[in-house]
Amino acid sequence: MLSRVADSIFWLGRYTERAENYARFIDVNFNLSLDLPPGIEEQWDPLIQATAGMEQYTELFGDKKTRSNAIYFLAFDERNPNSIISSVTFARENARIVRENIPRETWEVLNELHYYVQEAYSQKIWKKEDPKHCFKHIKNQIQLLNGIAYDNVPRTQGWYFSQLGKYMERADKTSRILDVKYHFLLPSVADVGSPLDFLHWVALLKSVSAFNSYRRLYGNIKPDLIVNYLVLNRYFPRSVLFCLIEVEECLHAISESKHGFSNAAEKAIGSLRSDLEFADINDIFDIGLHEYLDQLQLRLNSISDSIYDQYFKIQPNFTEQFQTQE
Amino acid sequence: MFEESGSCRSNYVELREKLDNYSDKKLKQLQHSTDKAQKSMGMTFNVYHDSKGIEKILHLDLIPRIIKGSEWKVIDEGLQQRIEAINLFLDDIYKDQKILKDKVVPKEMILSSSDYLDPCVGLKPPKGIWCHITGSDIVRDAKGQFYVLEDNLRCPSGVSYLLENREIIKQAFPQLFASLGVRPVSEYPGKLLNMLEYMSDKENPTVAVLTPGIHNSAYFEHSYLAQQMGAELVTGQDLMVQDNKVYMQTTKGLEQVDSIYRRIDDKFIDPMAFNPKSLLGVPGLFEAYKAGNVAIANAPGTGVADDKAVYTYVPKIIKYYLDQDPIIENVPTYMCSEKDDLQYVLENIKDLVVKETNAAGGYGMLIGPKATTEEHEKFKKLVKATPRNYIAQPTLSLSTVPTFGEEGFAPRHVDLRPYALYGKSIDIIPGALTRVAMVKDSLVVNSSQGGGSKDTWVLFD
Repeated sequence: MLSRVADSIFWLGRYTERAENYARFIDVNFNLSLDLPPGIEEQWDPLIQATAGMEQYTELFGDKKTRSNAIYFLAFDERNPNSIISSVTFARENARIVRENIPRETWEVLNELHYYVQEAYSQKIWKKEDPKHCFKHIKNQIQLLNGIAYDNVPRTQGWYFSQLGKYMERADKTSRILDVKYHFLLPSVADVGSPLDFLHWVALLKSVSAFNSYRRLYGNIKPDLIVNYLVLNRYFPRSVLFCLIEVEECLHAISESKHGFSNAAEKAIGSLRSDLEFADINDIFDIGLHEYLDQLQLRLNSISDSIYDQYFKIQPNFTEQFQTQE
Repeated sequence: MFEESGSCRSNYVELREKLDNYSDKKLKQLQHSTDKAQKSMGMTFNVYHDSKGIEKILHLDLIPRIIKGSEWKVIDEGLQQRIEAINLFLDDIYKDQKILKDKVVPKEMILSSSDYLDPCVGLKPPKGIWCHITGSDIVRDAKGQFYVLEDNLRCPSGVSYLLENREIIKQAFPQLFASLGVRPVSEYPGKLLNMLEYMSDKENPTVAVLTPGIHNSAYFEHSYLAQQMGAELVTGQDLMVQDNKVYMQTTKGLEQVDSIYRRIDDKFIDPMAFNPKSLLGVPGLFEAYKAGNVAIANAPGTGVADDKAVYTYVPKIIKYYLDQDPIIENVPTYMCSEKDDLQYVLENIKDLVVKETNAAGGYGMLIGPKATTEEHEKFKKLVKATPRNYIAQPTLSLSTVPTFGEEGFAPRHVDLRPYALYGKSIDIIPGALTRVAMVKDSLVVNSSQGGGSKDTWVLFD
């Protein structure tokens, strides 16, 4: 597979996963806002914080953290490179680049999704009283994309690069969603364990579709168990450990090596995966959840860099410096 | 659709009856779903320097154009003859130049052409084929006679629209399609692949489509053809040449490429051999080609036969190499480089279409009857300054085909672009891209100038 194509497929996987995750947590936070007891203000800045967009947000909108500004910024602002509209546009660009390598239906669904998001943008959906259906549609279309791929794409390199992108992104986003809780403000320390605190944790579980399966496994809503579930559970498809296991398997499938590691990316993921595998929830709280997640994200970024060096980097075929053609 | 007498041509009777039974509302619905299908397929071309965004849909008109099998035979045989002769011509002018020595075609004109590439002199392309893919433009006058308007031998585009238009229109008129007996076009990508494989002597050659990239106006077509053939779609940056062999950079290292369908113009394929400023191509590609380690379609240097001045000599070229009369005539053409013709063109400019010999896409031309006096004067000056760069043709009363628009049906001018593949034999795909001037009375059908397209149905008989 061409390095350039592999790169695009990887990013296609990342961007669709990113768009879906943003749609999920906007949707859930919107829902949460409906459940809030009277007198409690909606909080949108934790989402912006967790997506690492606060600096840019403040630059664009000042300190006004209104619902419509936040939804606009996270979903429809083209100036935000991670917004849904940007992610879908980039995903479509990457799909265009590798169109000859992907199922026709994938391209068509993604193309339609692109036009749908553009339409939602021009209709100013973030100003509407109920923008929920829009985010639900985006989420559904991306799940449709996953379904099409699952049933159509041969399990060769292309498949593994797209899954690699998807699980790298998901590991990062699940850790960021957990981090949202760190940024949520409770009115006072006494509110820990209060109904409001409870609502936050439920919202968090729901934003990764983990609420039902968590209930089945643990019953009561307890922060340490939730963190355990979303970081260290090896069976839940959106937990960090699950994603890391997938990433490692994809990398081995791509290099066709079974044991140990055959390149820097495999080495780094192997070490990260085993750290999580042997971790105890108390270790995480000892370090501090926020700090732990921060470390995790940095290690994920460095794995991403190694993947680039190993597979996507193209050697220039020009030895001299030429001018670009007009 | 109609004879000059006003009666409906036999090949359109069934279509006409069918359309008579459709309400305007139904037709509008069909046209709407056609538009929608094009949009979700992303059948777009990029328009350069357009402020409204770069991707545009080439409008597809609902109503197919229908050509009888017997009429098609003329086109099929005429183009085969033409392409065979042009190929012999190309081989000759880069080798012995017999036709120039015999003064059938003026030597000065060929050697002065900016598309005559000196590095190609003495070149022996694999299997002796230069023009593997041709898309000649054909028009029809009111009497039903076909004429070749021009030959496109560089990187003729549009075949993907032909193929996708068929898929969409088949869905709009499934019964009619089946009952008329329309010849299939879907074998084109398979034939293209066979041709590209035939060019290489390897057992299982690796075939690639070389594109300038995602911003090129025909990118959709490049990726579509690669997809349909199961070939690699590569940009210049994906390739590199080592030891006169061409490799692509893959996740598993370098992999050799054996046959390239390039969609980059001659002068941009290799900065070392041609335009040194080009970043699109691959340094060393031409040397690898000369060494016989990679096949390229169309062969570098083919563009010289795309020159509109050369076009005027094609009937003579056919006579010279094949000793035959052309099956399809040229549109009568005035060569501004010739004194008498120049005189005539200057005097009758308001009745003529004047074209720059080297331009394409409907640029650099004057349509005399539609132009203002100032425009006439401006072109006269241009022609006088460099007569070699201009030809002129009378405005034929081009045939029209009913086209569905806001006010229902209306006749619109069309041309026809069939596609030919030259591999083991010369194959003309039984179908064509019919381009439509969407504006009333307009003669300009180029997509870059707001033209649309139609599906073209070639019947079995």
